Amino acid sequence: MLEFLKKGLKKTRDALKNRLGDLFVRGEINEEFYEELEEILISADVGVETTLMINARLREEIKNNKVKELEAAKALLKELIIGMMGGEEDVALSVPVSRPAVYLLLGVNGVGKTTTIAKMAYNFSLEKKKVLLAAGDTFRAAAIEQLEHWSGVVGAEVIKHQTGGDPSAVIFDAVSAAVSREADILLCDTAGRLHTKKNLIEEVKKIYRVMGKVIPEAPHESLLVLDATTGQNGIAQAKLFQEAIPITGIVLTKLDGTARGGIVIAIKELTGIPVKMIGVGEKKEDLHPFNPADFADALLA
Amino acid sequence: MQETFRKLRKKGKLGEKDVELALREVRLALLEADVNYKVVKEFVASLKDRAVGADVLQSLTPGQTVVKIVHEELIKLMGETQSKIAPPERGRSPGAIMLVGLQGSGKTTSAAKLAVYLKKNGSSPLLVAGDVYRPAAIEQLEILGEGAGIPVFSRGKIDPVKIAGQARREAEKKGHDYLLIDTAGRLHVDEVLMGELERIKANTDPQEILLVVDAMTGQDAVNVAGSFHERLGLTGIILTKLDGDTRGGAALSVRQVTGCPVKFAAFGEKIDAFEPFYPERMASRILGMGDVLSLIEKAQEVMDEEKSRELEKKLRSQTLSLDDFLEQLQQVKKMGPLENLLEMIPGFNAMGKGLKNLSVDERQIDRVAAIIKSMTREERQQPEIINSSRKRRISMGSGTSVQDINRLLKQFEQMKKLFKQFGALEKGKLRKQKSFFPFK
Ligand SMILES: Nc1nc2c(ncn2[C@@H]2O[C@H](COP(=O)(O)OP(=O)(O)O)[C@@H](O)[C@H]2O)c(=O)[nH]1
Ligand SMILES: [Mg+2]
Repeated sequence: MLEFLKKGLKKTRDALKNRLGDLFVRGEINEEFYEELEEILISADVGVETTLMINARLREEIKNNKVKELEAAKALLKELIIGMMGGEEDVALSVPVSRPAVYLLLGVNGVGKTTTIAKMAYNFSLEKKKVLLAAGDTFRAAAIEQLEHWSGVVGAEVIKHQTGGDPSAVIFDAVSAAVSREADILLCDTAGRLHTKKNLIEEVKKIYRVMGKVIPEAPHESLLVLDATTGQNGIAQAKLFQEAIPITGIVLTKLDGTARGGIVIAIKELTGIPVKMIGVGEKKEDLHPFNPADFADALLA
Repeated sequence: MQETFRKLRKKGKLGEKDVELALREVRLALLEADVNYKVVKEFVASLKDRAVGADVLQSLTPGQTVVKIVHEELIKLMGETQSKIAPPERGRSPGAIMLVGLQGSGKTTSAAKLAVYLKKNGSSPLLVAGDVYRPAAIEQLEILGEGAGIPVFSRGKIDPVKIAGQARREAEKKGHDYLLIDTAGRLHVDEVLMGELERIKANTDPQEILLVVDAMTGQDAVNVAGSFHERLGLTGIILTKLDGDTRGGAALSVRQVTGCPVKFAAFGEKIDAFEPFYPERMASRILGMGDVLSLIEKAQEVMDEEKSRELEKKLRSQTLSLDDFLEQLQQVKKMGPLENLLEMIPGFNAMGKGLKNLSVDERQIDRVAAIIKSMTREERQQPEIINSSRKRRISMGSGTSVQDINRLLKQFEQMKKLFKQFGALEKGKLRKQKSFFPFK
């Protein structure tokens, strides 16, 4: 994964003139150092509050460990971020004892839900898994066609109704079909929805309930898809979706651009939701497990 | 932030230190609103130059001056006037408009919305399906176009540069005045695809190249907008997904980096959830202050003219019923959280204690609504007939106490009396009558 990230972020590095690099070779650990660190973190969408927190913790670590060298300070900082992002925690998706594993994808409009489903399906197909897709976006024009296109590419069947139909009805059918057809994996697409729209959040709850009617433990993962270019609003997104149903992980997409997705640190701090996967492009191969160390490297690259 | 300003207001006098304190808050507020770090830095520095000095002392209260200055400067930065799409120039008709931007920012939907907007204003646009990469993007535009009665030019998944050129000729032939070109989402750092946009531009000589920006974008907005502008020479911005709760600081960043005006705001998934951009409103939103303008507009929209005239008549003739009362409550509720509403009224804080009592608890509105809904129609028309057994029934039905009902009835009576005194109420005045609900 590191390679992808590095490639994607190379231009950012150029754009940012490798400031952090400068930061850590130049001079000593003084106020200017913390100020520059603040700029780097805020510019990566970490947010003011979380940035101040990281800064404060770093100061403390530096003091406690009697660190004088910049290299050592950088290592501490990286460790700090890795720790905040879950450290060695396992990011693998939860798999039930008996199939199918049912995964639900949610998020605001345009973040990459459908594409992520395609990528996941592709990855599972490499593992020779039988994958079904549920066309739960019955709202957006041509959303079903989009999923059908991908189903052809990755060789997974789509369970669909019509545009304008009730999404929980499609999902119900899809979970039932996944059971009866003995699929290994069911990936459920949903329409993009802003977390602030009460009726659409209610719809999510209903979808969630309906899944449980067929398989009590389903969905086995409810993944919030988050666009890495998102700023502080990511926090509200995570919180409000989390209030509706238990979100088990985040898929951070579009890390192939120059945005770094620093908001996930604040989200992890505030909600405990871990990042499980990252999207680094538009092709089916462009999905990878999240790795906190690589993320920290890229954030501070 | 509001807190700090309130504190400043009370202080009455403001020295350089106080300005600095206020600006620290402004800086935080802007960063939390996702305005780019550097843009904030520059902006706050320029504010300081303006705030510390004579201006501050000339105004009524120093705190108000700071608010005013921050707001004014923000508006200036956002562009003071509304900018529109110009009519196609002579010899340049159809006027081509390219929509460009990152993946998922909302280009396709915005293209359709802009087409609908132009059509409403008497134009005859042609939509061009230029996103040949994202699966089903062409179908999406076709469906949207069909739904809105706007023709869509598509040639499948061939070179979008060719499609755009062909579409241009088609539009000329069929007499369309605008050509709205949807393009595939792309990263600003994608050499190949950015080159493609340059070629579409060369092939269509567009009068507008609009960057579509998701209002939830964070710090990266400057990199994105900067690159697109450098490559293409943008003429404007469309800001999307404003119906969420994002503060939308990206608008300021993008504006600052490109110098281009934000021309349109998209605020919903419906095809008509699209309107010209109001810089002033956005300035308020980013700053996190009440938006006076939109309050007034909203209130006007919600308060249906005809209904209010009818109500006025009833008030004069003293036939006001609890049904009318309930309807008014619901009108007020539609306008949003009451606290905000009251905050938004200019000078509300300055009006003193008397008015402060007006601040209405929304739960109270719900309670009142529940009570009224538990009444029979007769009871609503003639509250006089509500005796204690009726009260008990209503109380059971609405899950409130008899005291609540008594209080409501008393308030209703008081209100009627109040309006009796306004016997000579002038036409239209009612709409501006905000002190309508005698709640405590
Ligand atoms: N560059 C890049 N684009 C992506 C990524 N994931 C999705 N996209 C693009 O983002 C756009 C919206 O994706 P889509 O899956 O339709 O989003 P949805 O509305 O959430 O289902 C499409 O153009 C995708 O190709 C990613 O990781 N990187
Ligand atoms: Mg989708």
